[in-house]
Order: sequence, then structure tokens, then C-alpha cells
Amino acid sequence: MPFKLRGIGLLPPLAMSRLSAFRGRLAGVLSLSILAALGGLATPAFAGKTLDAIKAKGQLACGVSTGVIGFSAADSQGQWKGLDVDVCKAIAAAVLGDARKVRWVPLSSQQRFTALQSGEVDILSRNTTWSLTRDAGQGLHFAAVTYYDGQGFLVAKKTKVTSAKQLKNAEVCVQSGTTTEKNLADYARAQGIKVKPVVFDKFEPSIKAFFSGRCQAYTTDASALAFIRAKEAPTPDDYLILPEIISKEPLGPAVRRGDDEWFAIVKWTVNALIEAEELGITQAKVDSLKSSADPAVQRFLGVGEDLGKNLGLDRDWAARAVKAVGNYGEIFNRNVGPDSPLKLPRGLNAQWNKGGILYALPLR
Amino acid sequence: MARPQSASRAVQALLIVALLALLGLLVATTRAHLEERGIRSGFDFLFEPAGFSLGESVLPFDAGDTTLRAFVAGLLNTLRVALPGAALALGLGILLGFGRLADNPLVRGLAGTAVNAIRNVPLLLHLLAWYFILTDLLPAADAPLQLAPGVFLSKSGLALPWWGDNGFEIPELAGFGIDGGASLTPEYLALLFGLTIYGAAYIAETLRGAVLALPEGQRTAALALGMTPRQAFLLVLLPQAWRAALPPTTSQLLNLFKNSSLAVAIGYPDLMAVAGTSLNQSGRAIECLSIVVAVYLLLSLLGAAVSHRLEKRSLRGGPA
Repeated sequence: MPFKLRGIGLLPPLAMSRLSAFRGRLAGVLSLSILAALGGLATPAFAGKTLDAIKAKGQLACGVSTGVIGFSAADSQGQWKGLDVDVCKAIAAAVLGDARKVRWVPLSSQQRFTALQSGEVDILSRNTTWSLTRDAGQGLHFAAVTYYDGQGFLVAKKTKVTSAKQLKNAEVCVQSGTTTEKNLADYARAQGIKVKPVVFDKFEPSIKAFFSGRCQAYTTDASALAFIRAKEAPTPDDYLILPEIISKEPLGPAVRRGDDEWFAIVKWTVNALIEAEELGITQAKVDSLKSSADPAVQRFLGVGEDLGKNLGLDRDWAARAVKAVGNYGEIFNRNVGPDSPLKLPRGLNAQWNKGGILYALPLR
Repeated sequence: MARPQSASRAVQALLIVALLALLGLLVATTRAHLEERGIRSGFDFLFEPAGFSLGESVLPFDAGDTTLRAFVAGLLNTLRVALPGAALALGLGILLGFGRLADNPLVRGLAGTAVNAIRNVPLLLHLLAWYFILTDLLPAADAPLQLAPGVFLSKSGLALPWWGDNGFEIPELAGFGIDGGASLTPEYLALLFGLTIYGAAYIAETLRGAVLALPEGQRTAALALGMTPRQAFLLVLLPQAWRAALPPTTSQLLNLFKNSSLAVAIGYPDLMAVAGTSLNQSGRAIECLSIVVAVYLLLSLLGAAVSHRLEKRSLRGGPA
């Protein structure tokens, strides 16, 4: 747009006279590209069912985080590991019969919803909190809860703080792009104390600033605090996780609105992983249990009734999911529980009959 | 290219109409698609409570205030760092530029090394380096360094006596750190240092280039007339070089303004940081980003217009 450039003097006069020679050609190119753009806009961005598209591509596009240990993070060999990652693997196994047929799309917290809405990913499995605004206002559906989390605080023991209520006038380091900043402000207002957030867009500077003593507290989901204290603190014993949990953070996978079949597949695959634990179906035993006399187990494994056809899947969909990643308990233990560096207790995430609130809807 | 002016005007008018039509179509299609997918859109969220608070703000801001106020506070924070940064970068840049042209080989060498070292490291690394130097070296907030009565330096920043909510306040130790007065946080200081030094290196090179572009005879003639090297530089070379250096220098200052959007990397709540947080709270990605684009564009165009006027004025004296 040479006429505009000249108007505001962004180019010296000499360059302008050269540019005007190109003007005729430029006009032609511009009008062509406008026509092309108009043509492109006429077709909708996506059409047809998510499931059909996934089967046609032979691949599930799964939106994950750029690195949250225990939930979704690439290891030193570039393999994605974590609880959220296993959810996608289970779905790929149920739908495509192969847990490796997943395309991992690492997304920042600012990108995540747009990537799902625009169809870049089929599922968002990225430690994302299920809330009203997100569920109802942002064109997506949360399918299930895979981890009940809550926001907490980490402080240095030398500050002598033992309760979040004592954080008056404290500076609190936060990583941006989560519900964390809002919860912090809500909590401070409810307690009538003033806290100053220091907000970073990346994880590393935020914890580096905290451990250098810039902030008196660090806040994020309790699951991450355990990891930060264990792995990032210079000496973990100098730091304390405060007892207060200031918010409810039910994390789970979300799908785009407008495709009920796909929504059902994600919802019931997660349910199947939880149900498998309740039924005692493990990764190791899934094949041998096919001869079980228990009708619930038979139904689950597709030996008797065919539940899969309700979802448009094969009869052994749930068995394949468990065979790929194990049941919920195994997924939990491997990624965030006793067999992981995080060593998180089951807590709320135990089965409903074991003191937790995990309750699989009946598979029948 | 010979072309009747009216024909060229018609092409321009046609192009503008086509561009406006394209823009309208883009907006309409986006709106339709958002609605079709059940995504709420619009700018109404600006008038709802923000729900988050800001670490520092010139404009008094609380989580209960509107998102619009948060954006204004963010913009003021951007200007609070960009305007002093531009002034300091210009000053330091001129000094460095002179240094690179100095006859003294030591000064010339030092200035050259500094300029090249600064220019060849990405700005983000400058910012992170300054930030972690400041937060690592300074004493903890509960044991600050007292520079003068009421002036404290700590990891929480530089606290100064200033007018606050209760009139003129003198900072004092309270709770975890220092309360009252004004405070320049490490985030602000690191951003200011980083932007200033990075911008100055580029301005120095611009100035040096402009002086070197002058015909050699100018200096020789000035010296032949009995001027000292300093007089020749200040009275003959610099006024001429200034005209050539003005457009690229103002463009460097505008760059500095736009580069300040890296603030969020080191925790400074500038416009971009506020937009990012609002985007996350409200989910209005397109709206939040278009506000940021509009603000940066408008202010940059304003800067460009001012620069254009300055250029015109400097050319009034005759050909450069």
C-alpha cells in the first residue's frame, strides 16, 4: 500500500519514487489475492464428523501443555508422558486401535481454546479447569474430570508463614494464563488482605523469581506445587506448602461443541478407565479376564453385550483403552502417584468407595 | 512511470474499497463462525469486573474494577517504561555513537565492543539477565538496604518517598517488606535497563552511519578553516548528520515502544500482559488481541507522524 506509506512518512522520498513504479503491478497482485481470499472464505472451516475425520486421517490430534510434569510433558527421548497424555492414548486405542496414532500439539494456555475451537486439535487434554464460563461460553464441552486439583501456596519456611491468611501485603509469583490469578485475587478480597501478584508468562522465570526470593509466596495448583517443591527447590526442606486450598480445580479433557457423538466417545472412554479400576481390570489382566464370569467385566470387555456400537466403536473399545494405558489407578500411580517423582496422594482422586469422589457412570 | 493522475487515483480508490470490503467480510465471517460454534463474542467483557489484580499500576487498580480499567492501567504501565526508556536510550545512544567516532582508540574500541556485544544478543535475553541479576543480588525485602532515610533497596525494588493514598508517604518496614511511598520494582527496572541499553546500541550505530556518510571534505574544510576537531564535529558534521539520522532514530524509538511488550516475560504488567490475562479470563481472544493491535498501531502511527513533521522541519534549511 504505497499510498498509505507515503502518507505517514515511513519511507524516505527516494524510496517512494522507486515504489511508485511498482504500484501498477502491486495493484494487480492485491486484487488477485483479495479474490482468492474471498473464494477461500466461502467454504466452512470444517465439516463432517470428528470421528470420521480421525478415522480417515488415522490419527487423533491431541492438544497438550508445553510441559507440566505428571500431566503432559515430553521426556528426554521426546516421548509425551503424563496423565493427560494417557487419556489421549486411551482414546486413540479405543477409536483407532493403536495408542501411538496420536499427533501431539503442545499449546500455551492462551492458544489452547482457539486451537480446539478452530479444529486444529480434536481434543484438549491439557490440565484445564472445568468452569462455567469455559463450558458455556467458549464453544467447548468438558467431557469428564480426570483429576481433582485445587490451588495452594508454597512459601519459604524462613518467612514463618504457616497459613495463607498471613500473606498480607505479600508479593506472590504466578504464572499467567490459568485461573490462578483470579483465584488469588478472589481469595485476597475474601480474606480482606492485599497481595501483589507478580505475573510471568512462562513457568521457568516464575519459579526462578520465587526461589531467588523476589516473592514471598508462589501459587499454582497443589499438584504442581508438590513437584516444584520436590524438584525445583534448592533444598525442598526450606519450603512449605500451606494447608489452605483456595479453589476447586477439576481438570479434564474438552471437545468442540456441535459433535455429540465425539463428545460421548471422549466422555465414556474416560469413564471406562475409571470403571476399569473399580472392576479390577488392569493392563496386565485385561486379556485373561475375557473368560471372567462377572457380567460387568464381560460387558466392559465386549465379550457379552456390545456397548461399543452405541458409540460407533468396535466391541472391544474399552478393553483396548485399558490394554494401552492401564486403568485410572495405574495411570495415576505411574504419572503422579507413588511410582512418579510427584508422589501425590490419591486424596479426592480415589474411587468413591475408597474415600474419594471418583465415580464412574455405569457402563451398561 | 507516466500515468494520468486521475487513473492512478481511481485505482487507489478501488483498492481502498476492495480492502474495506474484505475487512468487512472477514469480520462478518468470523462473527458467524463464532456464533455457529457457540463462542460468546463482543466487547461487553470490558465493562465487567476484571477479577484479577495488577502487581503495580500508576492508575489505582483493584480486582473489582472493570477490565477496561485494567487495559488502561496496562497501557499506562507500558508508557511508564517506554517514555523514560526512549529518552534514556536517545541520550545513551548519542554518547555511544560519539564514542564510536572518537579519535581516542581506547574510547572507540570500548564503545565498539559494547555496541556490538549489546546488538548481537536478543533483547529477551537482556531482559532476563537484568531481571535475574537484580533479583539475585539485591537483599531480601525484609532486610532492605537503606540508602537514605525513607529510601530502601531490596528484592521488592527501590522504595522512595512519594504521594500515595495517604498524602506524602515515607516508605517504612512493614510485614514482608516495605509499605508506602512509590516503588520501582525489579521488573520495572530490568525492563527499563534492558530497553534503554538495547535501543541505545542501535541508535549509536544509526548516528555513526549518518556521520560517516557525510563527504570527507566537510570535516577537512572545517579543520582548514581553523576549527578544532570538536567544533568541526559539533558545528559542521552533527547538524548535517542529524537530518539523515532522524528517520531511522525515530523508528528505533518506536521499536523500543513495541519491544516493551516483552515485559510479561519478566513479570511486568504492561498492556500485553493485561491483554493476555484478560484473554484467559474471558476467552475473548480476537477481541483482546485486536485491542492490543489497535493501541500499538495507533500510537506507532502517531509517533511516525511526529517523526515526519520533525523530518520536514529539519529539511527546511535546504538539501541535506
